[in-house]
Amino acid sequence: MNWLQIFDNTLSSVLSPATIGYALAALGLAMHFGYGGLLNMGVAGFMALGAYGYAISILTFGFPWWLAALVGLGAAAVFALILGIPTLRLRGDYLAIATIAAAEVLRLMFMTTQFEDVTGSADGLAGYHASFRASNPIPEGTYGFGPWTYNETGWWVRIMGLLTLAFAVLVVWMLTRSPWGRVMKGIREDEDAIRSLGKNVFSYKMQSLVLGGVIMAAGGVVYALPSSVAPGLYVTSLTFFVWTALLLGGAATVFGPVLGSLIFWVIQTFLSNFLPALVEAGILPFMSTSQAGTLRFILVGVALMLLVIFMPQGLLGDKKELTFVR
Amino acid sequence: MKHTIAPSRRSRAGAHLALAGVLLALLAWLFAPTPAHAAEGDPYTVSGNVQLDGEPLEGVALTIDGPGGEQEVETDADGRWSVKVPERGVEYTVTLDESTLPEGIAVIEDPDGDGQTNVTTSEMGQGGRLTVNFFIGEGERNVTSFFDQFVQRLFLGLNFGLMLGLAAVGLSLVFGTTGISNFAHAEMVTFGAVTALMLVGPATLALPVWLGIPIAVILSALLGLVLDGIVWRPLRRRGVGVVQLMILSIGLSLALRYLFNFFIGGDTQQLPPMVPNVSIPLFGAVTTSLNDIVSMSISIVVIVAFALWLTRSRLGKATRAISDNPSLAAASGIDVDHVVRIVWIISGALAGLAGILYAYYRPGIRWDMGAQILLLVFAAVTLGGLGTAFGALVGSIVIGLLTELSSLWIPADLRYAGALVVLIIILLVRPQGILGRRERIG
Repeated sequence: MNWLQIFDNTLSSVLSPATIGYALAALGLAMHFGYGGLLNMGVAGFMALGAYGYAISILTFGFPWWLAALVGLGAAAVFALILGIPTLRLRGDYLAIATIAAAEVLRLMFMTTQFEDVTGSADGLAGYHASFRASNPIPEGTYGFGPWTYNETGWWVRIMGLLTLAFAVLVVWMLTRSPWGRVMKGIREDEDAIRSLGKNVFSYKMQSLVLGGVIMAAGGVVYALPSSVAPGLYVTSLTFFVWTALLLGGAATVFGPVLGSLIFWVIQTFLSNFLPALVEAGILPFMSTSQAGTLRFILVGVALMLLVIFMPQGLLGDKKELTFVR
Repeated sequence: MKHTIAPSRRSRAGAHLALAGVLLALLAWLFAPTPAHAAEGDPYTVSGNVQLDGEPLEGVALTIDGPGGEQEVETDADGRWSVKVPERGVEYTVTLDESTLPEGIAVIEDPDGDGQTNVTTSEMGQGGRLTVNFFIGEGERNVTSFFDQFVQRLFLGLNFGLMLGLAAVGLSLVFGTTGISNFAHAEMVTFGAVTALMLVGPATLALPVWLGIPIAVILSALLGLVLDGIVWRPLRRRGVGVVQLMILSIGLSLALRYLFNFFIGGDTQQLPPMVPNVSIPLFGAVTTSLNDIVSMSISIVVIVAFALWLTRSRLGKATRAISDNPSLAAASGIDVDHVVRIVWIISGALAGLAGILYAYYRPGIRWDMGAQILLLVFAAVTLGGLGTAFGALVGSIVIGLLTELSSLWIPADLRYAGALVVLIIILLVRPQGILGRRERIG
């Protein structure tokens, strides 16, 4: 077993665009669920809008990368508005079903052969990197040390991703300490009480849905920055994985989603390297390497169940501020 | 065009395509002998689909000519092919080798009007991808009238709707009595099909179908009982909130789904037929198969029996009382725990049966087959009114019909999307559903 390789890959995942993308998506979800009590099960849809908005703007309309990214975020904002109008007045589980359905509709639209020329159907989209890479100020070469050695493109993607994440964390942190954030927390705890204070609950929820959705779309863009966009990624499992990451870190916290995503990806990367290695070394004789790969998703499911029962506040959360009160 | 080709049954398995994409890339790489300067890493794609009446044709040879040289490719098991090419904004010529088609079959339409049906030339846009499909039939095409197609779809939709109904009433009962939006219901559906495969599959126990399928349904009922015993009842005792339970059911769903993947792998497997494969003509061009008739009869019999149970028996009445008002039901002496246990057993059995029928309807068994219809089941339950069993049934039939009929007008791979859009619209105009009452929506 090549321990060095396994640890190298695992440590490298700390800075991977996937981790940063998850962290952004989980942060958006913290905005929705942790601070607003909105059960958004359509995370994959918001991320897909960010990624496809970015890729299609560049490939079909020839936009520069920064404008394309804004298009992705804008698409998510519009999606949140359309989704919020029918569902935000209803009980929480209706929002859950409506958002998960809407995310699936989006995925099916991106996957149908009908719009293959624009969306790439089941193959997805690739080859939209020119504009982003052209704006890279880092001179050509390899930088970094140990497991974190990347070329100039790798660093450019990671730096932009981290800057986006830092900005989003700052915005969410400031918002949750503002009067607006206090009203949102109030809505989460007791909607009727807030309504009786004369606040427009629907409007507050809508603002939260749009803002969180835009942050999720940013996660989608960052996830798509280095490689390609494929509809197979934006399945409901993605939504559930982001939920797991969020609940792991702590739903009603600002740094919880970031920490949760980090741990989620470090463990995922470790297991995806470690389990097949165990099989190859003959330590797990009753399974094949592909079964060993499946095993880690079973573990995610089990982890999600255990988390929600035994540690619903997450690693960084406060037991007093449980978002499951209703 | 859509009106004359029966859309493929296979395309119901929407989530396949993700996997197919990977396979496709692999196959394209395997089959394409790399000529001149068309290389693996080329950025743009020419692809397509070769099908006969919705059945994919495997091993059909095609030649793609354009910048980057001539490339040859064969269709894979799903009838798909694709090649990578180096340039966009230019014309590509795709030639289908008719000698590799099965006997008595030809390319029968000429989309670009150049007189040669098996040669198509089209320009790749700036999107960098080009889809070329050939229309294949037996010599001449038999044109089915719109009315016949409509009736055919209506029939299929009814069958699908009844099958969805089996899954939906269970989900709805559970929601009504315990308040759980059970995402793991999808895996209870898959469980029925997978157990049936284990029992009657030729590779495993190979029991006769008439024996194996009832046993699979009984085992599904047991799964309901076991899940209630080890997961749901202890949590009810702890007083865990419904949102927590919903997220827990998502975790359970993920764990079970990948457990199925672990044991049966990622392929689609077939159950042996319930009855001989006979095609029954109804009228005009409308036909059905003996299998569909048997499947529909089973659904109807089970649903009628379930309805009688729910309305006539003591337990059924107790179930409805708990759905209505759990505290009042408990106060009037109904043993809520016992009734809820029965509800889980019934829900498991119905879901398992739905899974088996779905395996025949799709056709095939996959580890994520339940997850593919879960949202349609949720749509049906919401449409009928959350927590009302008969509403769920009505909702299912509406969703079933809608899914099948909508493919007369919209592309077949978008028909699930159509049903889900209806779900969202229903929430806008009548959130309590068709048979639900306003107070339920809170």
